[in-house]
Amino acid sequence: MNRFVEYQIKLFCWISGIILICTIGILLAFLLHKGFSSLNLPLIFGETRPLDGLFLKTRVVDGLFPAIVGTLLLILTSIIWAIPTGVAAGIYLAEYCNEKWKPGFNLLLDILAGIPSILIGLFGFAVSVFLHKHLSEHIYPCFLISSLALACLVLPYIIRTTEQSLVNLPFFIKTTGLALGASRLQNILLILIPYNLSRIISGIILAIGRCAEDAAVIMLTGAVAMAGIPDSLLSRYEALPFYIFYISSDYNSQEELMKGFGACIILLLICVFLFALSHILKRRAAKRFAIHI
Amino acid sequence: MKPSIEKLAEKGFLFSALFSVSITILIFFFMVFFSFPLFKGGDIAKFFTLEWNPYESGFGIVPMMAGTGIIALLALLIATPFGIGCSALISVFSTGYFGRFLRKVVEFMTGIPTVIYGFVAIFLLVPFIREIFEKGTGMCVLSASIMLALLILPTIILFISNAFNAVPKNYLDAADSLGATPAQKLVYIIIPLAWKGIISALVLAAGRAVGDTLISLMIAGNALQIPKGLSDAARTLTAHIALIIASDYESPEFKSIFVCGLILFIFTTLIILALRLLGYLKILRNR
Repeated sequence: MNRFVEYQIKLFCWISGIILICTIGILLAFLLHKGFSSLNLPLIFGETRPLDGLFLKTRVVDGLFPAIVGTLLLILTSIIWAIPTGVAAGIYLAEYCNEKWKPGFNLLLDILAGIPSILIGLFGFAVSVFLHKHLSEHIYPCFLISSLALACLVLPYIIRTTEQSLVNLPFFIKTTGLALGASRLQNILLILIPYNLSRIISGIILAIGRCAEDAAVIMLTGAVAMAGIPDSLLSRYEALPFYIFYISSDYNSQEELMKGFGACIILLLICVFLFALSHILKRRAAKRFAIHI
Repeated sequence: MKPSIEKLAEKGFLFSALFSVSITILIFFFMVFFSFPLFKGGDIAKFFTLEWNPYESGFGIVPMMAGTGIIALLALLIATPFGIGCSALISVFSTGYFGRFLRKVVEFMTGIPTVIYGFVAIFLLVPFIREIFEKGTGMCVLSASIMLALLILPTIILFISNAFNAVPKNYLDAADSLGATPAQKLVYIIIPLAWKGIISALVLAAGRAVGDTLISLMIAGNALQIPKGLSDAARTLTAHIALIIASDYESPEFKSIFVCGLILFIFTTLIILALRLLGYLKILRNR
């Protein structure tokens, strides 16, 4: 290879790296530049007094408060569905599953992890239609359906992190408890899981991030533009990602558009915070393992 | 603990695992269940025609398939050179400060919500594209594929750079001792050894590109036609699903979105099988 070609290859790599960083930089700078001025209390609470809105005394009409609360409630509910199932399934795959069944489980879980989120949304929608026809006339796409669908979306991630963190443990940690006479379940619940907690939690936080950002699922399963704070599991609700999508296609004034940019920044901050938290926990877990091995 | 509790816990773990995998089967079942009347009625061939015209009972989904294919392919074409370039920079050329910084940026990119990419693109990229083509709204195949390329880049870069890092160290040491330059190492050793990783990354990215909804829904224009050029608007399968909100659950229009869903499901399965064939799924799970 002559020197010129080598130089070209190197140049190409540097250019692509720099273009990538510039693109992301421009994107974020644009977002901040446009949205920074709208970041204030009226953005969140509209014309309602902040404290009244916060304690649900008055309904916030033209602020982002219902959307933010909707998103947080949605995350909380879906995580409540997903964590027990996901962690239990992860434990099963790591500790109990026999070799005959494992390939089947793995294939189906990989497919579930790869399914486009819109398909999960469509599934949730189909389930609500099915229930509407066969169970009760009162079931429509709603908060409950959304949270269940989101739980399906993040389930494979939680299962995988739990399974991987258990499988990758050093041999002596896995066996010390057993050697001292602990039963299999005691060993898992009292030694392996606590030892691994930060890794599992980092996976869960990543899953929370996915719940927060996903718009395709909630779009089909009951998020609407104006609903206020959901008062029951069967009501419709607002959520930040859907609000952003709605504003982008249907804004009437410059003011509304600015609120869209503000909503973008808030959502970005939530996601980046969760992402960073998960990253830190993962790194701490890695450090801890490095000492032991 | 009592043996009965042990047994119970094991049953519980097994049940959760079975429940989780049954979701996949349930999704497939629901897609088939809702689109089944169409298969039975024998008018399934109608769906694979060109025309989408609900008023004259034309429900062809070929334009959507074409839109999905073209946008995803274009996004891959844009993203591949960048992806290989950036991962080479991270793993080979700049292992120091800049490389680490680039990796951090790429990891940060995976945390940016899709809807934000779409939102910013509407006000930043779309006007720009409109100026270039000097016609249309700027919401076209090109804008969508550029944003989609940006969306799938982190997947490609992180995956390829992991594959690059997995190249055995002694091979690289041997090359070093023979006096190879970094570029020579990249072309003669790392890429030939990691080609499976590169292909896997592209397959995975293709899955992401086809499955993404928000970007194509927001900036591809959603026109019901087979795009003939970069400046034409198009609609993808995913956007089609999101757009059809039929109140009448019995209409063929409503059922047609389940055919779209079925196609996407089968496509996902094929992607996963391809990744298994390449033997790179383990890396994916470990991430």
